[in-house]
Amino acid sequence: MSRGRSKSPIPENGILPSRVPPWRDPEKRALAFQLIVLLLVGTLSYILFSNTQANLERQSIATGFGFLDKEAGFEIGESLVDYSAADNYARALLVGALNTVKVSFVGIIFTIVIGAIIGIARLSSNWLVAKLAAIYIEVMQNIPVLLQLFFWYAIFYESFSSPRQALNPVSGVFLCNRGLIFAVPEAHAAHAWMGWAFLAALVIGYGLHRWGGKRQEQTGRSFPAVRIMIALCLLLPLAVWLGFGAPLNWDMPVLRGFNFSGGVTVSPEFSALLLGLVLYTGAFVAEIVRAGIQSVGKGQVEAAMAIGLRPGQVLHLVVLPQALRVIIPPLTSQMLNLTKNSSLAIAIGYADFVAVTNTTINQTGQAIEGVALIMLVYLFFSLSTSVFMNWYNKKMALVER
Amino acid sequence: MKITRVVILMVGLVLVLGGVSHAGKDLDAVLKKGFIQTGVNGGVFGFGMPDEKGVWRGLDVDTARAVAAAVFGDASKVKFTPLTAQQRFTALQSGEIDLLTRNATRTLSRETQLGLNFVTVNYYDGQGFMVPKALGVKSARELDGATICVLPGTTTEQNAADFFRSNNMKWKPVVIESTTELAKTFFAGRCDVLTSDRSQLAGTRAIAPKPKDYVLLPEVISKEPLAPAVRHGDDQWRDIVDFSVLAMINAEELGITSKNVDQMLKSKDPVVQRFLGVVEGNGKALGLDEKWAYNIIKQVGNYGEVFERNVGVNTTLGLERGLNALWTKGGLMYSPPFK
Amino acid sequence: MSDQAKNPPRDYLKPPMTEVGVLGWLRSNLFNTWYNSLLTVLVALLLWQLAPPFLKWAFFDSAWNTAPEVCYESEGACWSVVSKNINFIIFGFFPDGQQWRPGLSMLLLLGLVFYSRDRNHWRRSLGVYWLIGLSVMGTLMYGGVFGMPVVETAQWSGLPLTFMLSFFGMVAAYPLGVLLALGRRSRMPAIKSLCVIYIELIRGVPLISLLFMSSIMFPLFLPEGVTIDKVLRAQAAIILFTAAYIAEVVRGGLQAMPRGQFEAADALGLTYNQTMRLIILPQALKIVIPPTVGILLSAFKDTSLVVIIALYDVLKTTKVSLSNPKWTGFSTEAYIFLAVLYFICCYAMSSYSRRLEKELHTGH
Repeated sequence: MSRGRSKSPIPENGILPSRVPPWRDPEKRALAFQLIVLLLVGTLSYILFSNTQANLERQSIATGFGFLDKEAGFEIGESLVDYSAADNYARALLVGALNTVKVSFVGIIFTIVIGAIIGIARLSSNWLVAKLAAIYIEVMQNIPVLLQLFFWYAIFYESFSSPRQALNPVSGVFLCNRGLIFAVPEAHAAHAWMGWAFLAALVIGYGLHRWGGKRQEQTGRSFPAVRIMIALCLLLPLAVWLGFGAPLNWDMPVLRGFNFSGGVTVSPEFSALLLGLVLYTGAFVAEIVRAGIQSVGKGQVEAAMAIGLRPGQVLHLVVLPQALRVIIPPLTSQMLNLTKNSSLAIAIGYADFVAVTNTTINQTGQAIEGVALIMLVYLFFSLSTSVFMNWYNKKMALVER
Repeated sequence: MKITRVVILMVGLVLVLGGVSHAGKDLDAVLKKGFIQTGVNGGVFGFGMPDEKGVWRGLDVDTARAVAAAVFGDASKVKFTPLTAQQRFTALQSGEIDLLTRNATRTLSRETQLGLNFVTVNYYDGQGFMVPKALGVKSARELDGATICVLPGTTTEQNAADFFRSNNMKWKPVVIESTTELAKTFFAGRCDVLTSDRSQLAGTRAIAPKPKDYVLLPEVISKEPLAPAVRHGDDQWRDIVDFSVLAMINAEELGITSKNVDQMLKSKDPVVQRFLGVVEGNGKALGLDEKWAYNIIKQVGNYGEVFERNVGVNTTLGLERGLNALWTKGGLMYSPPFK
Repeated sequence: MSDQAKNPPRDYLKPPMTEVGVLGWLRSNLFNTWYNSLLTVLVALLLWQLAPPFLKWAFFDSAWNTAPEVCYESEGACWSVVSKNINFIIFGFFPDGQQWRPGLSMLLLLGLVFYSRDRNHWRRSLGVYWLIGLSVMGTLMYGGVFGMPVVETAQWSGLPLTFMLSFFGMVAAYPLGVLLALGRRSRMPAIKSLCVIYIELIRGVPLISLLFMSSIMFPLFLPEGVTIDKVLRAQAAIILFTAAYIAEVVRGGLQAMPRGQFEAADALGLTYNQTMRLIILPQALKIVIPPTVGILLSAFKDTSLVVIIALYDVLKTTKVSLSNPKWTGFSTEAYIFLAVLYFICCYAMSSYSRRLEKELHTGH
């Protein structure tokens, strides 16, 4: 530091030169530093890239995504879309991605429900319930989720019987080590229309909600929009169904040959993965919910009661909006964790995206493309979830006046 | 200047951490290191798995030990790297291991595209099906609609898919990475059928709660010659690995075992004398000590001994020799002359 | 007291029986409303249904140190699968007669961790103790002196490997995470965007994809003939992964620093390095200690994923023990044992983090 000064002594007239030497100028220093770092990163990437190129060539491993068009040649246990071994790799990967979406989506919904129940139970005035909830949270949080998955999967296939001795608690519902199989209504043209009716009900309900809100702001009279919306959502599809003459033919599962055919099957792999993820993540969500509820001051509740709100209104209008603001950011990261943890499916045989990609890598030898695909797909899930949650978070954020 | 220096430093660091092996001089590298780094399965009982004390056991493991005995005169000069199916070829290509003995099937594409040299087969296998007796299935062609547990492996899944497609049948796979987990799910009835190499099926049946309740179906839907592999580029190293396997087979043909090998040194038979290095020549040709074959047999045993010790009828696996019997006994194990 | 002594004894009303004592406690905590009573009864019934069979299975009918044949006969749990394989499960490939060495090392580690719990011990000397402790542990594990035979790193497996992966994962990830956090808060656009890309990229993908990368892609990155040990590669993946999460936690701490702190440091004429080192980081890192412990906790649990790339951590050694035909049927027992093992470690860490949180939360 002091060396620089001795080199450029203060001029005799005592006025410092306006030019600062470049190595003392913070802006130029920053620029140089950034250049160096960028160059380093660039060089490193170049070395890695050229090494990889050389290695791939030497080992004559194919590169590029050309393999996506080739026939996959392996079966996948469960799929949301039609798939057979004759389809190409792209289709197989799509099946895997959809399976990941399925388990994450269902998992997130169940996790929020379980988390809310346990979180509230943790605050219960009932000592036994509160303690049990606390024990649940501690145990689940402190055991690796992979170990829990192994455990649940073992429970699933070890404790249920074979299809021929399947449990049949209600007509049309079978429980065996092939999973839970239940009857669904046979496909009918009415179903599509019922779906549209449901959507229409949602749209109308939303419009009513907006209108009701505006009216309340202007006149002070409240409007039970939510209740009307729920009623609409139930009644409109029902009306459509009746309009079509109430078609109801059940697609009953029947034991044919080795397995049940017909109906819908929830496989043990899916159930074990779902259960493991939900119970594990639910414990974290429960803590978040508890913290959120506790963060709402007692005074808020008392004040709300004082101005004469009913208990339901206190919860709905005062406690929840404030608690949610605390809950949502950590909840988002837990949802993402659940999605990412669903990649452990590979350990218990659920055909998620990682498992399918793993098989693809095994067959084609194209590890780089495979791992890159895994990363891209999960990045897409993560980024889209956080974009959505940021939007929601902004909407719920405190509006200061 | 600064950057290049940093880069050189970093590369140097990587080299220090990694250590360089000269490709094409695999044997030199092995001799310099003083041991053979071998890739093994790590999870298949009888072929490559550590026991309760952490000592590696199995047919593949003993094959690697035989190579070590040939090269160093000491069967313990070998270190094992457990690898997944995914990692095994990359590990060999990149030089992480010198030798791969991990029940890998020899195929044309692996030999050419992956740049591997497979040597003499140390276990002949084929993919088959196992079902519970109670199902009453007699042939694999009756398996339409079945749920099938697929043991992990690269070719197994495809073979099964091919078989069912060519016979116009539908099936549902349950694929699990771990052999143990998969066997357990099968016994619990999660699937109707278990498919894998028949050696593994037999092994799996042996550990069933009631082994007699399960039958192997007669169909063999694929050929699986399992062989050790080295990478392209060092023919001498390839020869040594190849003849180490062959020496075990040859010893069985000649009736030489680890017990009688010392007496056999005094044998008057010129074939035996050449084999055990009493009459010199073979060792020099391979670039090894003349005692190399003697060391293999003394320290590891002949093929029959190794087979019986790891997977034979008196072990938990209880496998018959079958295809792996000597050619003189109806099998495929055949050694070229050692001269 | 003195009041009572002066006044003649009177008949004080005893508190009603139902407000104090066991009954009162029961009343106020279990049966205060009708639905709480109902809940209590239901939960108690459920426990009554579940607990006795479990206890019978786990303790009364169980086999503790027997041959597997005995287990096949018994109705209860077969803890023998753990006790008979305990050496391999805990120490993996570490040579038989030498297993006291990793055992002693782990005890030493526990001792150091235990000593470090007390915040009064957080002085410069603590770092010295850790350095000494770590070198002693390293020597113990590697050997080569005092007549201890050399045991190579490839043979370090089981519980020591789990501890090693998580410990070095934490220690190396921490400074890296702090650097990344500073980079993300930096005013230099290139540095900032590099750090943001890195952090978001890593946090957006599952750990398993990084482990895949380290195990099957990384060898392709290196020049021909150069190899890096498998364990080291997995360790690197864990470090890179954990660092991104630590960076986010530290960023939270940096953001919580009032502007005045920066301005005051600037006013004093401190350079950027001095400001960070002397003013900002000591405060920021202190307030994020509890969430950092949370990250470290999940890093510890996440090391179990290396089982998927065939590293012999304690989960893998357990699974290998279960691959032995003799013990195949007893995975539940083995997994419960592991669960208890992990639980003890994690619970100790998480309850410590809560205590710290309470201790550090003194300001308000």
